Amino acid sequence: MTDRMLRKPHLRSPTDETLLTKLVLIGIGGSFLAFFLFLPLIVVFVEAFRNGIGRYWDALVEPDAAAAIRLTLTVAAIAVPLNLVFGVAAAWAIAKFEFRGKAFLITLIDLPFSISPVISGLVYVLLFGSQSLLGPILKRYGIEILFAVPGIVLATVFVTFPFVARELIPLMQDQGTGDEEAALSLGASGWQTFRFVTLPNIKWGLLYGVLLCNARAMGEFGAVSVVSGHIRGLTNTMPLHVEILYNEYNMAAAFAVASLLAALALVTLALKTLLEIRFDAGNAGGRRH
Amino acid sequence: MTSATAFKRWRVKEPSIIPGFGLTLGFSLAYLSLIILIPLAGLVWRASSLSGAELLAILTDARTLAALKVSFGTALIAAAVNAVFGVLICWVLVRYDFPGRRLIDAMVDLPFALPTAVAGISLSALYAPQGWIGAWFAPFGIRIAYTPIGITIALIFIGLPFVVRTVQPVMEEIDRDVEEAAATLGANRFQTVFKVLLPGLAPAILTGFALAFARGVGEYGSVVFIAGNIPYVSEIAPLLIVIRLEEFNYAGATAIATIMLAISFAMLLVINLIQAWSRARYGHD
Repeated sequence: MTDRMLRKPHLRSPTDETLLTKLVLIGIGGSFLAFFLFLPLIVVFVEAFRNGIGRYWDALVEPDAAAAIRLTLTVAAIAVPLNLVFGVAAAWAIAKFEFRGKAFLITLIDLPFSISPVISGLVYVLLFGSQSLLGPILKRYGIEILFAVPGIVLATVFVTFPFVARELIPLMQDQGTGDEEAALSLGASGWQTFRFVTLPNIKWGLLYGVLLCNARAMGEFGAVSVVSGHIRGLTNTMPLHVEILYNEYNMAAAFAVASLLAALALVTLALKTLLEIRFDAGNAGGRRH
Repeated sequence: MTSATAFKRWRVKEPSIIPGFGLTLGFSLAYLSLIILIPLAGLVWRASSLSGAELLAILTDARTLAALKVSFGTALIAAAVNAVFGVLICWVLVRYDFPGRRLIDAMVDLPFALPTAVAGISLSALYAPQGWIGAWFAPFGIRIAYTPIGITIALIFIGLPFVVRTVQPVMEEIDRDVEEAAATLGANRFQTVFKVLLPGLAPAILTGFALAFARGVGEYGSVVFIAGNIPYVSEIAPLLIVIRLEEFNYAGATAIATIMLAISFAMLLVINLIQAWSRARYGHD
């Protein structure tokens, strides 16, 4: 315990609790987090290494697992840049200009957060499935969207849609338009203004948004599960591969693949915390997600 | 600007020397429409092509009702648990200084970062009858995994950061003067916290509760593994949508999805109303 807590003042401040109360509250909060957050995380790694590091490694390099890892990386590599470009464009329009319907537009951008991931997948099944309007046309031209990689990418883009935008909008609104107006009045072009004035101002917020977007893109389960068709080695992402292994009672392998995703989550959290401490990124949005 | 208001023309956009409005807004709207709005409209269009009788038959089907009840009931309990413990954790993180505080603060976001499928298999390994925690309860005949209790535990995991991250910034802003004033007027610490501080935090707590609840209702990945998915008992509504899809019963899937969507929009509206009310009353979200 730190000095501040243990130092016994003669008279306790009236806006402070007794040491006992503090310890009890810290204890309750700590145990709650231990049971609900820390324990599940520890279990993943313990179960993954239960049969030794050799078996762990085998589970990761096995062809289906390797294909799942490759697919997850591919999907994130497409979905994250798309939402990055959208996030910057939307934040520019919303933060640098005053126009009607802005609040409504922000609500629409947030929409995917309030929709069940299963429904996010379902909308694409209804759009591209065999019973849909587009389905027969796509089939005639041999274009596969559903139960193929394009469908997985679309579902991932849908669920990760708001991450970058909602990080940048409050940040750029706080920064106002003064810097850009100065740059423009000094003769910079619009693109130069963005590249040399706006981008340096928002880079840490942008990185923060990309980090969260990427974590969700690589970890998305529900939406991807609905559109993927679960074809081993072809349309299985890492989370779907975890599910298949788990349902086959191949626990060690399931937890081995899961441990990679858990490690990704930990790296994301570490980088996120670093950005918050060093650059105050993420605070502009009131730290809400 | 204000002096000119009387003469202001109605316009869509205020004039600005900054370029790129048309390009960025145009691109944003096109992308938003392609990815979100058109697919969602497809769902609504599909639902509207069902006749009223069909819709009613699907929604009053006993299995659908049971699934909706499980989803909403467990999400409600989990959000309530999170509201209580989330506020307590906020208080500890904001007010006290102890070793590991920074680490705990960072770890609160774990449920946002950890893929739901990983949380799902990990929680079911913990709470299964042979699991680390499940094994303690099994001798007393208490089953956690594969019952609604298991679902609730998964939803507590998923919802916690929503409450903490909504309440925390507001709690950090609390003016100590208020507490000193309460103490001066003779309130004990308990009264100060419960009668002075908590009412001011109520909008933030309610918002966090509503966010956690909304997320819990739609949650799929972390729940399906621990739920056991027994129809009428521990089958959640999102899973029923998946089951209907696998049966190629698109009408059934669409109907359940539409009712869930309607309820989440209502929730979104409630959250916005709470925040508007809070802004008007307390000057913050």
